[in-house]
Amino acid sequence: MSTLTEAPPPLAPAAPEKKPPRKRGRFTPYWLLLPGILWLLVFFALPMLYQASTSVQTGSLEQGYKVTWHFATYWDALSEYWPQFLRSVLYAAAAAVLCLLLGYPLAYLIAFRAGRWRNLIMILVIAPFFTSFLIRTLAWKTILADSGPVVSTLNTLHVLDVTNWLGWTAGDRVLATPLAVVCGLTYNFLPFMVLPLYTSLERIDGRLHEAAGDLYAKPFTTFRKVTFPLSMPGVVSGTLLTFIPAAGDYVNAELLGSTDTRMIGNVIQTQFLRILDYPTAAALSFILMAAILFMVTFYIRRSGTEDLV
Amino acid sequence: MMTTDSSGDVRLSGIGKTYGSFTAVHPLDLTVPQGSFFALLGASGCGKTTTLRMIAGLEEPSSGTVHLGDQDVTHLPPYKRPVNTVFQSYALFPHLDIFENVAFGLRRRGIKSVKKQVDEMLELVQLGEQARKKPHQLSGGQQQRVAVARALINHPKVLLLDEPLGALDLKLRRQMQLELKRIQTEVGITFIHVTHDQEEAMTMADTVAVMNAGRVEQLGSPTDLYENPQTTFVANFLGTSNLIEAEVDSKTGGEIVVRAGGGKLLLPEARCSASTTTGGKVLVGVRPEKISLAHADDAGEISEARNRITGKIVDSSFIGVSTQYVVDSPACPGFEVYAQNIDRDPRLVPGAEVVLHWSPAHTFGLDAAQDIDAGVETVEEEAA
Repeated sequence: MSTLTEAPPPLAPAAPEKKPPRKRGRFTPYWLLLPGILWLLVFFALPMLYQASTSVQTGSLEQGYKVTWHFATYWDALSEYWPQFLRSVLYAAAAAVLCLLLGYPLAYLIAFRAGRWRNLIMILVIAPFFTSFLIRTLAWKTILADSGPVVSTLNTLHVLDVTNWLGWTAGDRVLATPLAVVCGLTYNFLPFMVLPLYTSLERIDGRLHEAAGDLYAKPFTTFRKVTFPLSMPGVVSGTLLTFIPAAGDYVNAELLGSTDTRMIGNVIQTQFLRILDYPTAAALSFILMAAILFMVTFYIRRSGTEDLV
Repeated sequence: MMTTDSSGDVRLSGIGKTYGSFTAVHPLDLTVPQGSFFALLGASGCGKTTTLRMIAGLEEPSSGTVHLGDQDVTHLPPYKRPVNTVFQSYALFPHLDIFENVAFGLRRRGIKSVKKQVDEMLELVQLGEQARKKPHQLSGGQQQRVAVARALINHPKVLLLDEPLGALDLKLRRQMQLELKRIQTEVGITFIHVTHDQEEAMTMADTVAVMNAGRVEQLGSPTDLYENPQTTFVANFLGTSNLIEAEVDSKTGGEIVVRAGGGKLLLPEARCSASTTTGGKVLVGVRPEKISLAHADDAGEISEARNRITGKIVDSSFIGVSTQYVVDSPACPGFEVYAQNIDRDPRLVPGAEVVLHWSPAHTFGLDAAQDIDAGVETVEEEAA
């Protein structure tokens, strides 16, 4: 338990105060950090290292795996599974955009127009979390069932002709198509878009809207020039919170998709649990992580959120 | 830029605002002439900001109309009104730099080449160097000037200022009062200024409307309001007044003789806003700085023509330029006297018997049916 007693020394002296700070208090921040750091160390950093070493091992299940620094696994995995990677990014991006389009008006309504209904709507947004992720996704199987009212309505309205033409659906069904998977992803991650959007919209000073109106901005211009730019932190965190988990998700593709809609999460899952090719699975996981980190960094740079308030 | 036409007049006719059963502004009529610096003065909750917001179009009036010049703007949305507002705590756009904040109104009206105008405006408020900074990088006083520039660049017919100096410290506030006054003289635009600070209103405005509980109590020039208050609220809210409950004794040649605390006082009839009848009650008022203080031993040296009251000093505080005394007298407890520190009489200390005397011409009369303390507490609340 020596780690518990040896808190690291403070990097900088505590902020100057009139009274000299009590000695015990100086270490308080580190004591508070300790449980979290220990948790991350044991359940994140160590498994990461273990996976990293797995990804450069060779061997077989029978003879055991050994670290041989075989980086070619990465290249092999990427060249074999790049369509699934690409699909994951596309589906996740589509879901994030759909979440934004559906979530923004909702968050705007809650923040500015809901009045006394605000708490009720917030509860409705969070309510799906009271049931399991799996059950909610299975419910979509029923909703999108071939003989269900949704599909027949879409058929009658000839919407499916359009989506067929776009390649989002096939034939007169929705289930087992890209559309179904993206719908599932959108539905499951929508709250992660609404909550940060609501938070950043709610923080906007109402007088800024009045000031914009006073300075000849029509309501829509006020939204375009004031409200939306000021909600960018929410837009960025909302898209990240939907895109990142959606890109690694496999449940939606598994339950609502087909073999043609397999995402990288499905591949990793299969490699780990069915084929038992641990190095490939680990390498795929790292490639996915690196790809997401790269895209997210680029996205944050481009959206210039560090410039905002 | 100063024009004599009336296109910048603001005319409020019977304008009122109610929220449910609460009346924020009782229907009021008000005309603010083109080019004037007009102040709406009152304690918080008196309806002054609501009145301003109705002119800006940010609040829909429950009754009455708003005219700008000949144009009825009562039902126009804010973005169609030729008025601009300097908001309380400024409401600068945090995501835009100073230049873009100031250019906002011009751009919304489709003006493409804004550089020259914005630069000139930033020069007027002495912020040319700060154009590319974000609002949060500026001090409170600088932000305030940006807010003024952002509104003024649109050449509004009327500039509305909602407690624009409230967030500044005292010294900066004094400086900005003069600055705003200078800008107003320079651009000649009608300014309507809402404030709870009576000193601010008196320093800056040509005309002040004192508001209380959703009504305009009195309207006039700062000197007029100060010297001739018509109600106890105005008498107490603008500066300090000593109000004495008195009984009308007789009237002679334009002067009313009243009895108070065993003595007699003279009140010019022209300065009495209440109708008086012999034997009726009247409130007699006098400002603390008009009163001279003499030790009781020197009572004989005081001219017979002056109003006088005897009392005892209960408190004195030395302020530097003046000394403020509180004197208890049978006529009025807690009489306040401000004496200039020219020659200080060492006998004037708490406990000393004194005679207060002043010229009858400095006495004003008010209707005795009102609350004698109206406006007193509100001043203290604001100061706290």
